[in-house]
Amino acid sequence: MTTVGVLALQGDVREHQAMLEGLGVDVVRVRRLAELNAVDGLVIPGGESTTMDKLLRAFDLRDALVARIAAGLPVLGSCAGMVLLARDLRDGIEGQQTLGAIPMTVRRNAFGRQVDSAEVDLVWEPDGSPMHATFIRAPWVESYDDGVEVLATATGPDGERHPVAVRHGAAIATSFHPEISADARVHALLLSQV
Amino acid sequence: MSDTADVTTPQVGTDLVKRGMAEMLKGGVIMDVVTPEQAKIAEDAGAVAVMALERVPADIRAQGGVARMSDPDLVQGIIDAVSIPVMAKARIGHFVEAQVLQSLGVDYVDESEVLTPADYTHHIDKWNFTVPFVCGATNLGEALRRISEGAAMIRSKGEAGTGDVSNATTHMRQIRAEIKALASLPKDELYVAAKELQAPLPLVQEIAATGKLPVVLFTAGGIATPADAAMMMQLGAEGVFVGSGIFKSGNPSERAKAIVKATTFFDDPAVIADVSRGLGDAMVGINVEDEPEPHRLAERGW
Repeated sequence: MTTVGVLALQGDVREHQAMLEGLGVDVVRVRRLAELNAVDGLVIPGGESTTMDKLLRAFDLRDALVARIAAGLPVLGSCAGMVLLARDLRDGIEGQQTLGAIPMTVRRNAFGRQVDSAEVDLVWEPDGSPMHATFIRAPWVESYDDGVEVLATATGPDGERHPVAVRHGAAIATSFHPEISADARVHALLLSQV
Repeated sequence: MSDTADVTTPQVGTDLVKRGMAEMLKGGVIMDVVTPEQAKIAEDAGAVAVMALERVPADIRAQGGVARMSDPDLVQGIIDAVSIPVMAKARIGHFVEAQVLQSLGVDYVDESEVLTPADYTHHIDKWNFTVPFVCGATNLGEALRRISEGAAMIRSKGEAGTGDVSNATTHMRQIRAEIKALASLPKDELYVAAKELQAPLPLVQEIAATGKLPVVLFTAGGIATPADAAMMMQLGAEGVFVGSGIFKSGNPSERAKAIVKATTFFDDPAVIADVSRGLGDAMVGINVEDEPEPHRLAERGW
């Protein structure tokens, strides 16, 4: 039986857990090293990336997580999760660290403040059909290396289109929150790699 | 990659966006701050958001007078100082203070009993705003009335500015017990339940079916230690507001970090013990019982 973890230091853990359980996998909440070592895939939820970064380091999870991702652990990060999966970060706070899972630069809070948070219909490139996406103080992908596949784009307040869902190897990141929708395609993509 | 425009224009201020914002704060600590410097300390300690206000509740209590929305310069200074979400308080019923806060770009408005109410009959019609609202509640009926007015997040009121957690405990237990009681009722008894709760029937039916509020429930009011925060989480809070408890203590930065860790590991006494060591003095506090009833903030709002 496949076991997928949800990093449970802070954020909308319950929504990711419900989505994964709906797809028929066992889910464990990950706050400790032993829990991390027992999972076949991991979701990093939406939340506050600066808080999660501090807690990852305070409870000695960060280095182990970096090592497991480098060894091919399938991961999905939404919103704050995308920030954490980035190699480089713009508009982070002083000293903020990321996990470097995807060779991309992510701009934090790129879509603006909460009054700019929005529901948007985009196109999910893997199947070419519409996806209703919820962006909350969302980041976007500013730039990325060869080998990073763009799965969806959206128009920012600057009028330009930016990648808002990407995949690199077994790592997937979205600016939006598939876990608070009824659309399981993003989570299904993660499970297809586990 | 096809060159496609978004199928529809972005929809801001929807229920999902407002309630979703609060979902992202879960498991986190929101800290009261009165200066940009305090906001930085809170952010560096791992707060998921800060609450910008002019005076912390303990000072409002000590100094008296009418407590109002903060000076826009102060709110703006805090917004500029940090990159985490910024909340700010408006008086109960003061929809123009809320309009001002929305125009400043705050991420959440707290329609708060800590400030002096501006309307003793009506709360703000929160559906009229793009910015989401959090409101206090002492029981389920009050929580549901606020949700029916458009609140996207609820917090227990507790008794702000005391450092005495007993009222927060009472309110969390009360809300939890009333939700459990509703969930156990047969459908044909929900009509009277709605009448007794003074709450809309569809909301009451929803709670009975799901066994939880349709919005995130945080705790607030009197939380001063890591153990206080963890106890509220064990009582069913999904996150914690800490008001006077951090910056009225001996070592705000260390206490703030400790409360953040205890909120994440709320069910692990060894972690709570570890983070509670050597924090210096907690806020001195006052016992709610010693505070004459007319001065109890939790009784504001209805």
